[in-house]
Order: sequence, then structure tokens, then C-alpha cells
Amino acid sequence: MNIIIISILTLLVVGAISAIVLFIVSKKFKIFEDPVINKVVEVLPSVNCGGCGFPSCRGFAIACQKAESLEHMVCTVGGLQTMERVATILDKKAGSQYSTVAVVRCGGSCKIRLEKNQYDGVKSCSIAHNLYGGHTGCAFGCLGFGDCKVSCKFNAIDLNPLTGLPEIDEDKCTSCNACVRACPKAIIELRRKGIKSHRIVVNCVNKDKGSRIIESCPVACTGCGKCVKECAVDAITLTNNLAYIDSTICTLCGKCLEVCPTKAIIEVDFPGRKHLIKMDQTVI
Amino acid sequence: MKTFRMGGIHPKAYKFSAGMKIQPATIPQQVIVPLGQNLGGPSLAIVVPGDMVKVGQMIAKASGFVSANIHSSVSGKVNKIDVALDSSGYKVPSVYIDVIGDEWLETIDRSLEIKRECLLTPPEIIKKISDSGIVGLGGATFPTHVKLSPPPGKKAEVLIINAVECEPYLTCDHQLMLEKGEEILVGVSILMKAIGVNHAVIGIENNKKDAIEHMQNLSKTFEGIQIIPLKVRYPQGGEKQLIDATIGRQVPSGSLPIEVGAVVQNVATTFAIYEAVQKNKPLFERIVTITGKSIYKHGNYRARIGTPLSVLVEQAGGAPEDTGKIVAGGPMMGRALSSLDVSVAKGTSGVLFIPSLESARKKMSNCMRCAKCVKACPMGLEPYLLMKESERSMWNEMESDRIMDCIECGCCAFSCPSNRPLLDHVRFGKTTVGKIIRNRQVKK
Repeated sequence: MNIIIISILTLLVVGAISAIVLFIVSKKFKIFEDPVINKVVEVLPSVNCGGCGFPSCRGFAIACQKAESLEHMVCTVGGLQTMERVATILDKKAGSQYSTVAVVRCGGSCKIRLEKNQYDGVKSCSIAHNLYGGHTGCAFGCLGFGDCKVSCKFNAIDLNPLTGLPEIDEDKCTSCNACVRACPKAIIELRRKGIKSHRIVVNCVNKDKGSRIIESCPVACTGCGKCVKECAVDAITLTNNLAYIDSTICTLCGKCLEVCPTKAIIEVDFPGRKHLIKMDQTVI
Repeated sequence: MKTFRMGGIHPKAYKFSAGMKIQPATIPQQVIVPLGQNLGGPSLAIVVPGDMVKVGQMIAKASGFVSANIHSSVSGKVNKIDVALDSSGYKVPSVYIDVIGDEWLETIDRSLEIKRECLLTPPEIIKKISDSGIVGLGGATFPTHVKLSPPPGKKAEVLIINAVECEPYLTCDHQLMLEKGEEILVGVSILMKAIGVNHAVIGIENNKKDAIEHMQNLSKTFEGIQIIPLKVRYPQGGEKQLIDATIGRQVPSGSLPIEVGAVVQNVATTFAIYEAVQKNKPLFERIVTITGKSIYKHGNYRARIGTPLSVLVEQAGGAPEDTGKIVAGGPMMGRALSSLDVSVAKGTSGVLFIPSLESARKKMSNCMRCAKCVKACPMGLEPYLLMKESERSMWNEMESDRIMDCIECGCCAFSCPSNRPLLDHVRFGKTTVGKIIRNRQVKK
């Protein structure tokens, strides 16, 4: 009997001491976290893709709460809608960031950019890029081993077996930047999604001089500069023999498409305009 | 017989072109001299299209300390300065020269007489080597004058000449020793004077018995030069392996050979140094071995820098029909070419034709943890682990597993019974970790 009482008392004393210690510790080292952060996390997509530049959705929520304005904070997955909801929770003004989408800038499909040598090493773009220029005459173009596909967490990228080029599913793409980082040739770019996803893009990243490119790829940008002269709003710049259309300035007038001698400039998602060659036809 | 202590393999030699006299290669209609032929900064062109050049005239100057001058290998007219394919399939700036005649600079001594006396002081010798654009001709193309100028506080104790030629197939250094033995030894004594040492060793693998004997006979008249026959083992021609094999010192991880008092030079570089210092002839030609199992005419050719490989191959009877891969360099360290339009550069030691049956990679299977790669690695690394880390992008772990010590010799992939592409992944990891380390240094 005595032994039971002693054990119960010992346990009670140990329990009481621990409770006091825990109480003091919890008071002394308490970290105050704004309950608003949890609310913000709830409206975020919770995919932790890192597209916003923060390590996780929670990290982004904390950053939003600390930030003075939400002008440069954007959740690439959730888009404007999510940012507005975040803004209402935090009682701040949402930025007017436009939503972007990943765009593959290479039109050199298997049929027009012919294979000049065979690569039998590891099927990875980054390893092949580390080793040599590529299996075609163009050292800038897509290698086609699908590092971008592997990097995509949303299954938005698929390699088209007919063209050998990656294709991006715009509905699934969250513009999280993973494929841009994965591509060793820097072909993929995040561009403004635009109204109804209408886009005009220079479908090439080749920086070589004109005459030499055409031998290896007939749809490459030769840097002739005709589009630059044609553009009424100065959206096109020419650097290192390569034209680039600034998607924030471009008015989608389509004049550059008509003057491009190699059809390196393409338009995507314009169902109405029949007189221009659509991407699928040039590629296959 | 001496050799290095860790790892290594013994691939079959296949030295078909051994003992074949060095023939002069045809001078092509046009040479394409790449401007980035050495490790370090690419050279800057000092000629403009339309300029007339003579053989040996400088056409590009070094862009910094770790860079080298480039001299015209032919006489003629500069056609254009434009990009051209290099051996890795990328385009690099090059000088195109249309060949007119074969007019050499008057300062170059073209007589075959051997000049043994060198009256220049060490700084003058190094200046001359630097002016002549000499780089390591073993394949790494590191500018020689940099190697000969040790950092302050370090003192060279011994000069090691790399005449190992451990790569299968290649015979250019072997043949050079047989034909130009005395010139090489004069080159060695010039180098000894330049770095202030009185002892030099020449390491030669034991499968070149005639070269060992020849050099031993010749070296009797030179002071302080010792010939060391070495056991046949790949990669004995690696700088750190050769130091271990010849003088038994191990270079610590991450440091240069000068740390253990050694300066290593390739035997072909030594010959180029002899020609530069004694004959005033800058580096504009080198010996290239053309070989392969089914090529018609194996041979060692003295080719001008900038000669398109296709011209050279034409002279050797053309590419065999069953060619699967054409490799610039030896079969172990060399890289497959994407085109024969590439021209001979300072680092091109050979062109190797591999039949299609042998060139294809075999089917890869799972790693069975046999540790053959670990045993074969001459740097004491664990290639199977590095490959896994590379696949998973674990760069920090790779760095602490000493990936930067890898010499990319390919022993791991050669010894793997599962045909795993160890070298591909390890090399990629090494490049990536190298970039990370450089970025970190820039930030500091």
C-alpha cells in the first residue's frame, strides 16, 4: 500500500515541476505569429512550387504580410484572383501584375532541322549540353530530351513525338519558372499571357549570323531586322542577330509576321486569322 | 617497376601506328585557325581581312596572363574572321587564311642541325616560350609559361617530362621521341634552366621499349636527366598520377603540383619549347596520330594548326565505311566529333575512327554495388555515389565528396560491368559544382 502512495506522489511532483517549467518556457520563448498568415496560407494554392521566389506558400504568406505593398508580390499559380483575395485579407492593395505563361522559343522540329550526328549518351538535356553543341547544325536549339518535362510539377509540358519539341499546356501552366531554370539552352521564357492567350513570339533563340543559320534550320531568326523596321510601337529589339518582341509593348497587330522571311515569328491562339500560317503547320 | 599507387586500369593498347615515320601533312587550300585553343582566355585577333601573313607570323595575341599567342601556320591572305565549328559542336571565332605558297618568316631557323647551347637567362626563356604561344600539347592546352612561373614562395625541385602516352591507339609522342630524341633532351635542359632545377625525370611506359632505350642512350650526354620506365597503366599520363609514379609524392587534394615541388611538361611541349627557343619557331604545327581498327593508312602526321580534319583524313585514305564514331584524341579522354569540318588545334593529339560495332553504348543495367569503379578511380573517389548525387542534384554533397578532384579519365565507366554512364553524370556534376564554387568566389 505504502509503495503505491509513494509512486503516485512522486509522479505528481514530477508532473507539477514539468508543468511549471513548460509554463515558464512557453511564456518566455513565445513567438507571436499573426493569425492572418494562416488565413493567407488557406487561400494560396499550397503547391510550394517556388514560382513567387519564396521557398513555400507559407514563406510567401509571411512575406506578403510583412511587405508594405503587394505591387511586386505575385502568386504565379493562383494569378490575379488569388492575389486579390490575399489583398483583402491583409487589407492592402493588390498589384496589377499580369499573368504569364511559359513559351518554348524553338521551331526546329525533326523534319526541318535535320540530325547531323547521333548522341547515345545519357538522355538528359543538361548532360548533352555540357558535352557538345547538339545533334543538329544549330547549337542553340532544343535538344529534345525533356528536362523541362521532368521539371514540371503540373504535367503541363509534353514532348510532341512528331516534332520532337516540348509543348506547353496553357491551362495547366502556372508559370512557376521551373522549366525556364531546367532548360540549359534558355529556350523557354515566361511571357505575358495576354487577352485570350493571343501571342506573337519570335520562335527562335539562335544568335548566329543569317547565312549560316539557314543551312541548319530554315525557320530560324536570321537577324535581318525587317520586323524591327515594321513595328509601329517599337516593341521589337535586335540584339546578337536575334529579334525579341517585348510582350508588354506588343499590340498584336501582326505586321511583323508578314515581313519575316523565314517565318520565325509566329502567332499563337488567333483562330480568326486564316491568311497567316499557324504554328502547327509550319512545325510538322 | 614504378607506377602510381591508387586505382587505374589496363585497356588494350592497339598502337597500330607505332614506329610509323612522321609524315608532313598536306597543306590545305584554306586553314581555319580557332582563336580559343588554350585553357583560359581566348586570344584576340590582330590581323584584319586582306592582310598578307607569313608562316610563323603572330595573328592573335594573348588576352591575359592565362592565355596564349597564336601564329599563322601558313602563308597567304587573311580571308575573314568569322565563327567556325570547334570539336564540341559550338561555334568559336576563327581566322580563315587562304594559302598562297609556303613562305616562312626569315627569323625561323629551318635547318635540321641540332643546337645544344642555350645562352638565354631563365626570364628570357620564359618570355620566348610565352611569345611563341606554347601550350601543353598533351591535350589540356594549359599555357606553358604559366606553369613555368610558380607563385611566390613556391620553389620547383624537379622537372617531370610526361612521355607516358597511356591512351590506347595514340603514338604521336612515341614517334616524336624516336625521331627527335636529342632535340627533346635539349628542350628538357632548357626547361631545367628556366625553372632553376638540376634534376629532371622522363617517365615512359614500358610498352615503348625502343623509345626507352633510345632516350637512355641519348641522355648519357646530358646532365641530370633520368629516364624512368613505368608499368603500363592508365591514367599514368595524368599529372598527379605521373608525379606519384615517378617521384613518389602525392599532390594534396585541390592543390597544384608545385605544392610538392614538381613541374610537369609533356614531351611534345618540350620539343615545341626546343624549337621556339633554339630555332625561333613558334608553335604552329603538331604531330597528329590518325588511327583506328579499320582505317587504311595509319600514321603520324605533322599537321599545320588550322588544317581541316577532313583534309588530314583524306591523306590517310579516307574514313572507313564502318565508322561509328570519330574521336578527337584518345579513346579514353577524347571527345567524339560532330563533324570532320573541325580543324586541327593545339590540343588535337589524334583522330581515331571507331567501328560502329564498338562505338555504340551497351545496355545499361542496375548498379550492383560491386565497387569496381571505386577500385579503378585513380583519385580515390566513389563514382557510383557521385553519379547518384548528380542525378539527384545534390551539389553540396558532391562538393564535400571531392568531385573537383575528378580528372575525368573515364576509368569508372570503363570498369563498370553494368555499363552505367558514370562519367557523363560525374562530368556534369563537376561542371555544375565548379560553377557554384566560382559564383561563391565572385560574391566574396
